[in-house]
Amino acid sequence: MAHLTRRTADLLKPFSVALSSMRLLTTTSTTPITVETSLPFTGHKIDPPSRSVETTPQELMTFFRDMALMRRMEIAADSLYKAKLIRGFCHLYDGQEAVAVGMEAAITKKDCIITAYRDHCIFLGRGGTLLECFSELMGRKDGCSKGKGGSMHFYKKDSGFYGGHGIVGAQIPLGCGLAFAQKYSKDENVTFALYGDGAANQGQLFEALNMAALWDLPAILVCENNHYGMGTAEWRAAKSPAYYKRGDYVPGLKVDGMDVFAVKQACKFSKEHALKNGPIILEMDTYRYHGHSMSDPGSTYRTRDEISGVRQERDPIERIRKLVLSHDLATEKELKDIEKEVRKNVDEAIAQAKESPMPEPSELFTNVYVKGYGVESFGADRKELRAVLP
Amino acid sequence: MLIFKNLEQGIRVIASRAYSYTTKEMTVLEALNSALHEEMSADPKVFLMGEEVGEYRGAYKVRLLKKYGPERVLDTPITEKGVIGWRRSCPRLNEVEEILNKYMLQAIDHIINSAAKSNYMSAGQISKYFANTIIFRGPNGAAAGVGAQHSHWYAAWCGSCPGLKVLAPYSSEDARGLLKAAIRDPDPVVFLENELLYGESFTVSAEALDSSFCLPIGQAKIKREGKDVTITAFSKMVGYALQAAEILVKEGINAEVINLRSIRPLDRSNINASVRRTSRLVTIEEGFPQHGVGAEICASILEESFEHLDAPVERIAVADVPMPYAANLERMAVPQIDDIVRDVRRACYRSSLLAAAA
Repeated sequence: MAHLTRRTADLLKPFSVALSSMRLLTTTSTTPITVETSLPFTGHKIDPPSRSVETTPQELMTFFRDMALMRRMEIAADSLYKAKLIRGFCHLYDGQEAVAVGMEAAITKKDCIITAYRDHCIFLGRGGTLLECFSELMGRKDGCSKGKGGSMHFYKKDSGFYGGHGIVGAQIPLGCGLAFAQKYSKDENVTFALYGDGAANQGQLFEALNMAALWDLPAILVCENNHYGMGTAEWRAAKSPAYYKRGDYVPGLKVDGMDVFAVKQACKFSKEHALKNGPIILEMDTYRYHGHSMSDPGSTYRTRDEISGVRQERDPIERIRKLVLSHDLATEKELKDIEKEVRKNVDEAIAQAKESPMPEPSELFTNVYVKGYGVESFGADRKELRAVLP
Repeated sequence: MLIFKNLEQGIRVIASRAYSYTTKEMTVLEALNSALHEEMSADPKVFLMGEEVGEYRGAYKVRLLKKYGPERVLDTPITEKGVIGWRRSCPRLNEVEEILNKYMLQAIDHIINSAAKSNYMSAGQISKYFANTIIFRGPNGAAAGVGAQHSHWYAAWCGSCPGLKVLAPYSSEDARGLLKAAIRDPDPVVFLENELLYGESFTVSAEALDSSFCLPIGQAKIKREGKDVTITAFSKMVGYALQAAEILVKEGINAEVINLRSIRPLDRSNINASVRRTSRLVTIEEGFPQHGVGAEICASILEESFEHLDAPVERIAVADVPMPYAANLERMAVPQIDDIVRDVRRACYRSSLLAAAA
């Protein structure tokens, strides 16, 4: 459990006044507090950072709210999928929120993030709105990709979010390319390339990592190890499931991915490392409550006891809730109110997204090329539907 | 329903030996499963390897682990290039490789450069001393709303490569017969299934239910005889073509629908023979139009049957754009029955007549 250091001045005031004034002061306070991560970090060819993480009451409450929002959004997406308002593939992130939120706390919007198809919460963390999320999921024009991408292809380039990729592992070389561009432009920013334990065995990861290490690129490869690559457990897919060590000559850090402070510390540490010394691998030990995608119940290859066990012992939102409560930053009721408010925001966004129209038919032919030179493109019946690409 | 339109075929079935099964309704998935089961039972050298084939009970639920055990049904990591490359060179074993064919691009180097070309480059050694028998099967093409990276049809790209055989089943009978033929075939086969067809049910004849049943590779099937226009299609589009034909017959257009079954080798002689009877051609495919299967068929007709054509050849394909996600855009991008009907009317010079009559 975490420990909070108290300001001694408050102890001089009467207890109840102290309590209420402390809460008034602390929920919006930016007074630094030190929190210990739940587990120590394990390093591979590197000295791990300290377990003590600086935070503030304001940040704690932000973490709670942001993770609650992500959780609620994913659960709402589950219902929308079952109602057939979301089509195709839908890969949900609930359980893994600490990775998205902790990472954002350590970096800026000038740093880049690229991930695979489990991208809704990363998009939200990068500053995407709920309306953009739900509209995109339902294929409407207010979506972040104007409805043309779908669940697996969320992008937000102005905030450094480069997608949203459907092919397992393909985003890693892309991420190293982003890091290359950052180094080339000398802009002192880094790229976080996220991938799963399923993708961790892909050859292209090692090819990209080799080049990143050779050229000291500011690339941080983050393995979101939720222990199942689709339906295959990590021990059935990898000879060595110690993914933070797989970089061999590239240093690595194993992080408790269900602890938002551990994630924040690790990302802050890696950013400093990558800017000076080149690539580093982070393995986030995390867990997804849903199956691989909405067409997977998630219980044929793991037990329900395992899922509920993780939910009880390691849930990232519950961790923050306990921290907030035990240090009187808010009451149970206040936290529940935040969750209610979040739920209301999500419901409103869904209602708004449902009102959003489908994309214009002319959008079928936009964004094929940046410069089309007037070339023709065709619909299914080429003599009936054709367009000129500008 | 499969009704024997071809009398000769009907007589052959009646005259053949009595089977222990009568006809049966079977989904495409069940048909594939039954084919795999039979071939794995018959030949211990046949094994199945791929992503989520075992414990997940097949990503698309083709279940075999329970019966054949983990030595013959292997779950692989999600590393298509490594898996396919590695398996390519294992001697004297007959492999059915199930990959989610939409991820074929990860492994395309080995499919083309290792599997397709080895027999030629080694002057036949690789087919004698190593079993070059490998089948890449799995779902392919657009499902519903799966977006740009998951809707690609690989028929044209694989079909252009000498050394590969490329099959695309439509019905359950196709699925059974072609998969069994592919497993027994000594050359590398790319077996393009379609996710949306897995759950569709078809009547399977008694002959097709027999474990020795096999369909010939390289032969198309005339699914519906007609005299006014030839429509070629494969996979899901065969169903669309048949439905379009039912609409057209009410307008007095009798369309002949050919189920290609085999993209490579392409049954040029049957297609040409059909166009020589009907004088018009409409090709349908779910892949991109430029350099597509339809383009090859049109070229073949123009080369071999030019004088027989009464109208320009018509092609229907997926729109010439990456597949959009939004439902309305996707509907515009994927061939619909309306597109087929309109195209056939145009080939028969009926579209302006109908517009005038309206």
